[in-house]
Amino acid sequence: MRSPVSDSPKPFDHTPPSGTPQGKPAPATPLTPRRRGIIVGASEGIGAVLAQKLVKEGYTLAVIARRKSKLKTLCKEINSTLNETRALAYAHDAANYDEVPALLRKIVADLGGLDLIVFMAGINYPPGLNNYNFEGDRKMVEVNLIGAMAWLSPVAEMFQNAKAGQIVGISSVAGDRGRIANPGYNTSKAGLTTYLEALRNRLSRHGVNVLTVKPGFVKTEMLKAAQGATPFAITPEKAADDIYKAMRQRKQLIYTASIWRWIMLIIQHVPSVIFRRMSF
Amino acid sequence: MRKTFTQLDNFGHSLSAASYLIQPKSAEEIYSAFKLAKQMELTVTARGAGRSYNDAALNGGGITLDMSAMNRIIKWDQAKDQVRCEPGVTLEQLWKKVEPQGWWPPVVSGTMKTTLGGCLAANIHGKNNFKMGTIGEHVIEFTAILPTGAEITCSQKKNADLFYAMIGGLGMLGIFTSITLQMKRIHSGLLTVDAWPVQNLGRQLSSLRDGAPDYDYIVGWMDGIAGGKSLGRGQIHAARYLQEGEDKNPQETMQIKNQILPPRIFGVFPKGLLYYFISPFTNNLGTWGVNTAKYIASLRKHTFRQSHAAFHFLLDYIPDWELSYGRSGLIQYQSFLPKESAESAWTEMLKLSHRNRLPFYLGVTKRHRPDKFLLTHAVDGFSLAMDFKVSEGSRAKLYALLQEFDQIVLANGGRFYFAKNSETTAETALIFYGKETLAKFKKLKKRCDPNGLLESDLFRRIFG
Ligand SMILES: Cc1cc2nc3c(=O)[nH]c(=O)nc-3n(C[C@H](O)[C@H](O)[C@H](O)COP(=O)(O)OP(=O)(O)OC[C@H]3O[C@@H](n4cnc5c(N)ncnc54)[C@H](O)[C@@H]3O)c2cc1C
Ligand SMILES: NC(=O)c1ccc[n+]([C@@H]2O[C@H](COP(=O)([O-])OP(=O)(O)OC[C@H]3O[C@@H](n4cnc5c(N)ncnc54)[C@H](OP(=O)(O)O)[C@@H]3O)[C@@H](O)[C@H]2O)c1
Repeated sequence: MRSPVSDSPKPFDHTPPSGTPQGKPAPATPLTPRRRGIIVGASEGIGAVLAQKLVKEGYTLAVIARRKSKLKTLCKEINSTLNETRALAYAHDAANYDEVPALLRKIVADLGGLDLIVFMAGINYPPGLNNYNFEGDRKMVEVNLIGAMAWLSPVAEMFQNAKAGQIVGISSVAGDRGRIANPGYNTSKAGLTTYLEALRNRLSRHGVNVLTVKPGFVKTEMLKAAQGATPFAITPEKAADDIYKAMRQRKQLIYTASIWRWIMLIIQHVPSVIFRRMSF
Repeated sequence: MRKTFTQLDNFGHSLSAASYLIQPKSAEEIYSAFKLAKQMELTVTARGAGRSYNDAALNGGGITLDMSAMNRIIKWDQAKDQVRCEPGVTLEQLWKKVEPQGWWPPVVSGTMKTTLGGCLAANIHGKNNFKMGTIGEHVIEFTAILPTGAEITCSQKKNADLFYAMIGGLGMLGIFTSITLQMKRIHSGLLTVDAWPVQNLGRQLSSLRDGAPDYDYIVGWMDGIAGGKSLGRGQIHAARYLQEGEDKNPQETMQIKNQILPPRIFGVFPKGLLYYFISPFTNNLGTWGVNTAKYIASLRKHTFRQSHAAFHFLLDYIPDWELSYGRSGLIQYQSFLPKESAESAWTEMLKLSHRNRLPFYLGVTKRHRPDKFLLTHAVDGFSLAMDFKVSEGSRAKLYALLQEFDQIVLANGGRFYFAKNSETTAETALIFYGKETLAKFKKLKKRCDPNGLLESDLFRRIFG
């Protein structure tokens, strides 16, 4: 007998975050429907804000990140505000690919189904303009790109079979061109953008929506690592609002702030001969 | 054995949940699924034809066993009037097998698409409940596989506690693997049907009560819209089997082609009533309320002959009627009330639904008798099933209304039916089942399913 998910079953060794006991979310009924979602990368930044937003819109969420304590605080806040279990915390490092199948299975069972996954986890290690840092580059690709594939690939298979569902990938304007400041980050996000596009082309015929989000600058911890100017920076609240709006409209691709669509349109068309000389 | 992650929904399309779908072909394969579930820390729910209106056959995030491949009629013993079937056999398969030879299933649901496994798990009742009881009362024996791997045989004598608990046990103790059912001898493919209008709820219920002893089947169709003096008005349909000799040509009337509806529906079935069924979907509520209700109420008493299949399974011949309820689907609310309190309780409920501007489209009333099954839904009284359209805007209001209904039903000593009700809470279930019954059920559950593998969305809702 083959396992119901694509991979061979592994004993599941995920220990639930200790401390707050997690109550079971209430089951859905026709008159109290619940959409169920996963956010990978929700302990802070845009992910944490989006989690707050989605629970208010009726989702029950599994929130994932490495830092247990941050997740627990987030869940406590959500569950006590709404006075019911609407967010469940799972500590996990997106670069631990082997954990994904069993953890995904557990989450889907805990939530009672799955309608949405948001892959938000991202790291950014700018090497410095004249430095090279393979270790940093490798980590960024491992989390931002391969981590996304580890989660989105099995979920895509589920959604394709179920002929329903929504996948949201947080890429970046940084994936639109290779630039001088951070080759590894650019690569991870360019790879992610392409991967999401390919999933979209596979899945839209099965009724599954794939949304690519390309933020410009968002005022989070990550932005502190950015070097140089950060024009059109928006708050994570604004980014989360844009993402939710696009989810509702089942869009394919958005920039947030939207002005980046036009900026990147120009930048993508700057000929290499000029782009090579720019310090952008 | 293939397993796919699949989105499944309830009948009425008002709720869906994704799960790993496995289609077992044998008891061994069911047991393998149990082992897999245990290893993966997942729960398991059987699914027959998915005709439950609620969450009984859904198991979000867990494993769902699609029983439809176990659909062999194993033995048809005409000498004993007994048929032995795998649990995925549908009522349609069954009646088409036995009817041409002069038998009919003792108890059927309003649709023939249901499976015997699903019918036993819910312990279905028909329009003859007052006389024949539930389907469980006609089960000679069944076999089942428990999550422990044990294969058991149950009858009224053998493993009687499990016999009375697994029938009506909502699939939460074990999975039926074969069912031996007593069939009923008939002498014609037709029934004699009397139809008469009833002007209000009181008359509707007294007609059911007083009419029942004279008939084999009785059912009321209720107009959910009329108010004032006409509150609860509708039509009664009461039917009798034809006695031997009454039908000059039973071989002909019992032919399948003379049972099924499409070519004859407009000829055989009173047109007005057909309209009554289809209209909620083709007209707006206003037109429906005025025209149909007036029409129904004005019909005089009349008598006609109708095939068994037409009498029982009318809805099956209106293709996908449930889809016409729109994107958010429909739900059914069925309450069972003792004969003494039914009228006042339903009067209150109907008025509440009008006051909240949440009328139901179709109401069906039946006459019932109590039975001995552990999780019984029956009472010495009546049931009223109401179909409500679900819409994005009315969900919260409708939810609140149904919670109020639940309180009225509880206060009047009533019960609920978990093939239907989708919003009833664990607190309410505890009250109407009673602590003792639930304790008994949980004890059996521990014995049959020590690791708690069998769980459905319904189980989590009402026993969770
Ligand atoms: C149009 C319509 C009319 C209806 N009329 C009536 C009526 O007149 N009277 C009435 O009583 N009901 C009626 N029903 C309800 C219906 O009969 C029940 O919901 C019945 O259980 C559905 O059978 P199913 O095969 O579709 O089972 P499902 O809906 O698939 O499952 C129902 C339950 O049975 C369990 N189950 C299924 N197979 C097995 C098995 N092999 N072993 C153990 N458990 C199993 C499931 O886990 C679940 O709990 C009607 C439904 C519809 C849609
Ligand atoms: N901020 C911007 O200007 C900007 C611009 C464009 C794109 N983006 C993208 O937007 C997304 C969110 O960024 P943000 O600004 O909100 O960043 P952030 O504040 O740094 O938050 C990142 C989140 O990802 C989680 N995460 C990081 N590495 C992880 C790993 N290995 N496994 C699991 N979770 C991990 C973090 O949690 P833990 O640390 O607890 O694991 C945190 O919850 C990222 O993909 C980022 O690339 C941001």
